[in-house]
Amino acid sequence: MTTKPIITMTNIHKSFSSVHVLKGVTFDLVPGEIHALMGENGAGKSTMMKILSGIYTKDKGEITYKGEQVEFKGPKQAEEAGITVIHQELNIIPNLTVAENFFLGKEKTIGRSGIMKNKEMNEEAKAWLMELGIQLDPQKPAAECSVGQQQMIEIARAVSTNSEVLIMDEPTAALTSKEIDVLFNVIDGLRRKNVAIVYISHRMEEIFKMCDRITVLRDGASIGTREIKKTSFQEVVKMMVGRDLGEQFPERTNNPGKIRMSVEGLSTKTGVQNASFTLKHGEILGVAGLMGAGRTELMRAIFGADKNTSGTITLDGKALEARHPQKAIEAGLAFVTEDRKGEGLILNQTVRENLATSQLKRLSKWSILNRKKEQQSASELIERLRIKTSSMEQPAKSLSGGNQQKIVIGKWLATEPKVLILDEPTRGVDVGAKKEIYQIMNELTKKDVSIIMVSSELPEILGMSDRVLVMHEGTVSAIIDRTDATQERIMTAATGGE
Amino acid sequence: MKNTGLFQKLGPFFGLILITIVLSILSPSFFELNNILNILRQVSINALIAFGLTFVILTGGIDLSVGSMLALGAALTAGAMTSGIDPIIAILLGLMIGAAMGAFNGLIITKGKVAPFIATLATMTIYRGLTLVYTDGRPITGLSDSFSFQMIGKGYVLGIPFPVVTMFLAFLVLWFILKKTTFGRGVYSIGGNEEASHLAGLRVDRIKIGVYTLTGMLSVLAGIILTSRLNSAQPTAGTAYELDAIAAVVLGGTSLTGGRGWIFGTLIGALIIGVLNNGLNLMNVSSFYQQVVKGGVILLAVLLDRKKAA
Repeated sequence: MTTKPIITMTNIHKSFSSVHVLKGVTFDLVPGEIHALMGENGAGKSTMMKILSGIYTKDKGEITYKGEQVEFKGPKQAEEAGITVIHQELNIIPNLTVAENFFLGKEKTIGRSGIMKNKEMNEEAKAWLMELGIQLDPQKPAAECSVGQQQMIEIARAVSTNSEVLIMDEPTAALTSKEIDVLFNVIDGLRRKNVAIVYISHRMEEIFKMCDRITVLRDGASIGTREIKKTSFQEVVKMMVGRDLGEQFPERTNNPGKIRMSVEGLSTKTGVQNASFTLKHGEILGVAGLMGAGRTELMRAIFGADKNTSGTITLDGKALEARHPQKAIEAGLAFVTEDRKGEGLILNQTVRENLATSQLKRLSKWSILNRKKEQQSASELIERLRIKTSSMEQPAKSLSGGNQQKIVIGKWLATEPKVLILDEPTRGVDVGAKKEIYQIMNELTKKDVSIIMVSSELPEILGMSDRVLVMHEGTVSAIIDRTDATQERIMTAATGGE
Repeated sequence: MKNTGLFQKLGPFFGLILITIVLSILSPSFFELNNILNILRQVSINALIAFGLTFVILTGGIDLSVGSMLALGAALTAGAMTSGIDPIIAILLGLMIGAAMGAFNGLIITKGKVAPFIATLATMTIYRGLTLVYTDGRPITGLSDSFSFQMIGKGYVLGIPFPVVTMFLAFLVLWFILKKTTFGRGVYSIGGNEEASHLAGLRVDRIKIGVYTLTGMLSVLAGIILTSRLNSAQPTAGTAYELDAIAAVVLGGTSLTGGRGWIFGTLIGALIIGVLNNGLNLMNVSSFYQQVVKGGVILLAVLLDRKKAA
């Protein structure tokens, strides 16, 4: 790679109040490369990209863009200069059409009248999407588009404004494997058109498949940049955590016991059809399937979060009539939801308060909360799960993704559940915290807790499960023993094949 | 960090002190004990309603029907008394009716899944209409001159007007509920993230119905105090009271999106409105200008709050 860099960031520093987040980061990007940016949560990736795109201003350091020193004042300026960010949470307005979203803020109008030229905009949006190889009706409401399609609208929008630098933050986090293939095709095309792409992701496989170079950040400093062809998984992980992690998945040594819970003929209005399975003492049951196969819906139904379900659930020989989460909790169930910001945490509340939400009854007498017990429980959980927080009075939103996830898990461990349902427990969590979560799962099963783990990451399913339940279009399409489970068998069952 | 947080939270309190100092300088009779007690008594009605609304707003809801509940509860209590029912029983009956009206609001919002703004906009009209039907549009007079009923609006305890005592007692109880009980924690949690609260096993619907019930009861309590002071129940009593009450909650720093705020702020907010009304009256500012000033203060307070948050 001998081309001149389009961007160089040298010795960038940034502090928020008293916290030194970036301590001299150095980074460069050349046209026509996909440059991966990796690091544990809180390593400073987002802050660095926010400085590059003008959302934050740096305290110290130098940024050169196309040979000139720049300092963008706001994302709009950066975008005009040709730097676009595709955020993890997409900037799509669901009630507007594809074309309206595409042209948002720069609508084509007749003169300066404010009257929009809809026909022209529809055609042009369609053409830009075709350029990426995407066929999408420009008049379709964005709400009816899949997440992948919505992302394509944003990418097409960036391309149409002649963006020369594209920053993508966890672009595949919410995509199905098919959509990921489409996305890779598109960014590969952009690379050939000499666009420079920064690719932020936790998914090692993707990075080694797609990227040309990788820069690793740790604790606000750049640890190093490698060419993908000349590095390995192990080296990158070591750079990220600063030590050897060993095996990604801890060994499962526990032997599941007798049947603890059985679900029979469970159907819901949300799309689950006639699901039946059993769960043993101390077992980890992995639940695999494509997005929209009904995995989360099945979990919500078991937990009593959605009404109008039919079928029976037996737990320890007793019928479980979970018409409300509270009943399910009393029976010994716990549910770590997939969307921790939307469903798991109360972001404005403190770590202590969040850890108490699931156990208010146990922490109170005659409805009066016992502050001491609450604090005691919080400090125990913080220690047990090694939650990194400066104090239990920190708002949950100030913690990194991995630590937030630990709060959600901790809040449920406090209820001493018999059955723990984990829905995508390691999504958006860095490798270090991932391994800690796996270890916690192992410890729990040794204490006879049964775990249902929904996951879209097949290595995780294969690495951690004693048995794998596969869902396809709302039904249970296969239940496979650990010893017989392979990626191929799971994917076949997940796609409805024989 | 924590200290600046408290300093920010106390912003409305400093605002109140500032307004008090300015008014004391501009109008010498303002800072006399009599006038202060007078202000507190005037404030008590708005404060009681605003206390209830604080709970509702903390859950992310709103209740526009407070003024109408005040009127209907007061009219029914007055009606019960004129028909010969013992005043204390009539008052308890009135409070229960208030609770029922509030619970009805809560049921429409939770079980009917109607947005709180719309639900209480409808019941505001319904309860007001029922008041007019019941009173035939005329005030109910000739009320009991029993000690207990007269005491509620006009009495004194150790030189302090009884409504003021009621207000402070209500404040203490409600502060305790909000701060120290699982119900109070639930109120904050629901406002912070309703789905997360539901999945954590909180009885979201029950808690929501609870806050509307509480607001209904407090509104009728305010109505009974008003009735006792005026010695009559007016069919149009409480019209537009929801505006002053919401203003008090917002002035006190409670977020209209729910999850953040405190009841002490609401007390301060109600006092700011009361002090302004009284001070401007003493200075002979026309009631037309008073509205302009009041609105201006609310706007200023909210803008300052935004600045701090940014």
